[in-house]
Amino acid sequence: MKQATAVRRQGFFSRLGKDLSRNKLIYLLALPAVIYYFIYHYWPMYGAIIAFKNFSPALGIMGSPWAGFKYFEQFFSSYYFVRILKNTLLISVYSILWSFPAPILLALLMNEIRSSAFKRTVQTVTYLPHFISTVVICGMLIDFCSMKGLFNVFVELFGGEPFNFLMETGLFRTIYIGSGIWQEVGWGSIIYLAALTSIDSSLYEAARMDGAGRFKQMLHITLPGIMPTIVIMLILRMGQVMNVGFEKIMLLYNPTTYEVADVISTFVYRKGILEANYSYSAAVGLFNSAINFIMIIAANWVSRKCTGGENSLW
Amino acid sequence: MRIRQTPGECIFTVFNTLLMVFLMVIMLYPFYYVLMASFSMPSDMAAYRGILLWPQGFQAESYKLVFQNSDILTGYANTIFYVIVGTVLSVLFTVMIGYVLSRKNLMLKKPLMILIVVTMFFGGGMIPTYLMMSQIGLMGTRAAVILPGLIGTTNVIIMRTAFQGVPDSLEESARIDGANDITILWKIMVPLIMPTVSVMILFYGVGRWNSWFDAMLYLRDRSKFPLQLILREILVYSGTDDMLISWGEFNGQDMSEIIKYTTIIVSTVPIICVYPFLQKHFVKGVMIGAIKG
Repeated sequence: MKQATAVRRQGFFSRLGKDLSRNKLIYLLALPAVIYYFIYHYWPMYGAIIAFKNFSPALGIMGSPWAGFKYFEQFFSSYYFVRILKNTLLISVYSILWSFPAPILLALLMNEIRSSAFKRTVQTVTYLPHFISTVVICGMLIDFCSMKGLFNVFVELFGGEPFNFLMETGLFRTIYIGSGIWQEVGWGSIIYLAALTSIDSSLYEAARMDGAGRFKQMLHITLPGIMPTIVIMLILRMGQVMNVGFEKIMLLYNPTTYEVADVISTFVYRKGILEANYSYSAAVGLFNSAINFIMIIAANWVSRKCTGGENSLW
Repeated sequence: MRIRQTPGECIFTVFNTLLMVFLMVIMLYPFYYVLMASFSMPSDMAAYRGILLWPQGFQAESYKLVFQNSDILTGYANTIFYVIVGTVLSVLFTVMIGYVLSRKNLMLKKPLMILIVVTMFFGGGMIPTYLMMSQIGLMGTRAAVILPGLIGTTNVIIMRTAFQGVPDSLEESARIDGANDITILWKIMVPLIMPTVSVMILFYGVGRWNSWFDAMLYLRDRSKFPLQLILREILVYSGTDDMLISWGEFNGQDMSEIIKYTTIIVSTVPIICVYPFLQKHFVKGVMIGAIKG
């Protein structure tokens, strides 16, 4: 029995050797990527064990003493745990609630435009904000939100008192999500417009014969036609529920709005990079990764169930 | 074929058209506002209340100040460097690994695939990555801006799918002619999937142009800052002081606003100018990304 395994193993290694020498050029092509993945993905994964250690840079990862779950307990029992978890989930859920349907609606409405030149113009214009960098978008937002900014022009136009929008805790999520919709609605509609083109046009003709108006056609043909795409996009989006666009939050928030704006990744940044609480922030980050992992697996499982294995990440 | 419309549909068409026009106004007006404001006199602009349709007063001094700002100029130069070097390396490595993963009969193909796909589900996080960067001594170097995020896993999978779509017969006939794997890749495969490669170039390129976070984490030396990081200082933290000094006569706060508007225009115009020409490639990219399966 033992011998048989040994022979097999021998066989495996000699086959592997042959494979390596035969395909050495191919493996050479894979080398840069393999090195990259080891350094930039697997090294940090290994480095994440500092979440269980009292890490000090002088001692290194191996040399630092173990701390067990101390930092996790510290995080779970801290005031920040509820706050940042709540903010992360709320921003994410509200984004799904508002930002997800917007491109679908836009695609449906664009589909009803008869003149193709006008349609192209609408497309070009609505895609444009997608290409403006986050920093510039946030710079513009900060300016528009200021006392003398564009938003207050409208506030005054309707007889209100000007105020700084970004200092209002009640408005942060609205600004974050609203500007997100403004920037991405056109871009997001591309995929649905593509799905729309694959709908069989004879369906529309048949519906017209039966006397269905355009609204009914939209409701009974167009919408069901793009439903599979919608479902897939929604499931994929759900898998990303813990990933909030934190760069934008970092640019827009300030200590006044931390209460509603601080999410896990911004918290990790402040604790870890600015305050150098490496182990603590690594623990928070690891907690985030773990939830993320569960969400992606769950989303993928649902996606596979829904589409009979056609649409899954792996 | 012309379809007769019911009155209801006519109303809908009119309403829909108006809605689309309104939407376009909302999309474009912020940029227009910034453009008009950037040419306005600071004092007139500060006094003005209402919807801005043209510059209040006129000056172009702010443009002179922005173009004389050495931070913005070196930022531009640095960004161009990061975009070019980063995109070339990213595309090169993504094409290479995508090709490897599309080969049949490789014993290590599955382990390689797992190695790469796992990273889509789990990562070490910001802090361990940061510590690793300082451990390998990349802190403060230009490499620290270029190397993180060099290869996007989704892009690898898109690339692999594209290579898998090339018929085997082409490769076989090249092999009979004595071509090795590298020749096959560059002379036969890459030209065939050039549309996907160009989409990769655009995706990586735009990503590089927009990125600032890694630069903020790893760079201390201002002379290496990319444009976006400089913009962050100017726009988010109102770092306009050094430009204000040489513009004496108005109220500082108002002038600072005008300089910010000008900076936005100067940093965004190149993108807006190339965008219409690249748009259709991007749209194609979204499709390729969507059907990657």
